[in-house]
Amino acid sequence: MEFKLVVSSSPHIRTPESIQSVMTDVLVALFPAALAGVIFFGWRGLITMVLGMVSAMVAEAVILREKNIFGDGSAAVTGLLLAMVLPPAPPWWLVVIGGVVAITIGKHVFGGIGNNTFNPALVARAILMISWAGHMTGWVRPIDLATAATPLAGASTSFMNLFVGAIPGSLGETSAFALILGAAWLFYKGHIDWRIPGGYIGTVFVMGTLLQGYGSVMSMISTGLFHVLAGGVMLGALFMATDMVTSPVAPRGKLIFGIGCGVMTMLVRLYGIYPEGVTFAILLMNAVTPIIDNLTLPRKYGEVTSS
Amino acid sequence: MNVMSNFSKGFVKENPVFRLVLGMCPTLAVTGLAANGLGMGLSTTAVLVSSNLVIAVLRKAIPDKIRIPAFIIIIATFVTMVDMLLKAYQPGLHSQLGIFVPLIVVNCIILGRAEAFASKNSVTNSIADGLGMGLGFTVALTLLGTVRELLGNGTIFSVNILGSGYQPFKVFGFPPGAFIALGLMMALMNMLAKKYKLE
Repeated sequence: MEFKLVVSSSPHIRTPESIQSVMTDVLVALFPAALAGVIFFGWRGLITMVLGMVSAMVAEAVILREKNIFGDGSAAVTGLLLAMVLPPAPPWWLVVIGGVVAITIGKHVFGGIGNNTFNPALVARAILMISWAGHMTGWVRPIDLATAATPLAGASTSFMNLFVGAIPGSLGETSAFALILGAAWLFYKGHIDWRIPGGYIGTVFVMGTLLQGYGSVMSMISTGLFHVLAGGVMLGALFMATDMVTSPVAPRGKLIFGIGCGVMTMLVRLYGIYPEGVTFAILLMNAVTPIIDNLTLPRKYGEVTSS
Repeated sequence: MNVMSNFSKGFVKENPVFRLVLGMCPTLAVTGLAANGLGMGLSTTAVLVSSNLVIAVLRKAIPDKIRIPAFIIIIATFVTMVDMLLKAYQPGLHSQLGIFVPLIVVNCIILGRAEAFASKNSVTNSIADGLGMGLGFTVALTLLGTVRELLGNGTIFSVNILGSGYQPFKVFGFPPGAFIALGLMMALMNMLAKKYKLE
């Protein structure tokens, strides 16, 4: 008759998940798209990615005064994401400055991991874009690496190329197939919610179909599909907008966030001066994330709505 | 507080930009080039010293109830003079600074010093205070302008420093860069202040 009851305070159930395990999963999920980037854009693409990751990790280690260069892995993810939104072969210093800017100005001035308002990789991209617009739009064709315009800037291409990724564009954004493959892993592990990418991609598709499509229903739908597959929507919707730190917490908020990103992206693409609006759309929605969080706070159990 | 410490407090301990965080509008708007920062700082100093002087002289004559309008009229007089002088003798700088010269009227450092210091202290102390605060403001603006011009343009006071191969970090020349540079410099100042126990 001897029961041994352990009395302890909550929490009683702990998740085995840590920042490091989540970040490792994200790195795994980014691998297909990174591989596609290397296949299409060659060794220069690989160097860009390694440079981005190393500079971000070194900046993080210096700021945190930490010996372990990998740390919690978040800097590696930021660095890789940054490299993936850069042109395939930028000058080396552009990547290094981008990595350092992402970690310092994008992340640590706000107080480090978990406190940043904006997606660090996109902050760095926006700053680089403003500073060195020439280098930031040095698009090349896959494989033969000849200078070329992106599909969004008017270059024509087939849907097969758009889907596989054999189009000019940022290093990691071109291959919708590889990105979906990687994102499937994150869905499976439960790290991302369907509402943000769903709302984002759905809105882009609907707005592309209704606002720019013309002629038969089929051609209108194909215009919408083009807007989903071209440019950075896939990478942005699946990997950037879903960043846990900078997106809303509540389910309804996530949907609002995704739709907002889609609307902003399409407004820039259709009516703005830039051909692509993913960066600015996500940064803008990052800025309103706290408001969305406040407005979509779920009711607590037993809470009565105040009149 | 003696005259000397009233003068010197504006440079570091109560620096208007880095410690009191006053006058942010001209600080962010005109510091794209070091020369503009210097010009803005000196114009503000001139107005600040003159207005502090006159307000300290008249401090017993100004009725308490209408002191703010009275201060503003005194300040606006000197701002108009500085504006006309700049237009006459430094037309290049005047056109660079643009609307921010007339806007010195509403610079909170000047009204702040009038209200907090010149209306309560002797003429000598008020001049020392105005001079110190003004020069502290000038130093801060020139520093910020130097950093922004060096990074954003590769030059300091239009002298090429980083060579022709330098590809400018243009964002520092634009308004977002003003916020970034000011924030980083303020962080540096806070760090130094903590290290040397200036609090």
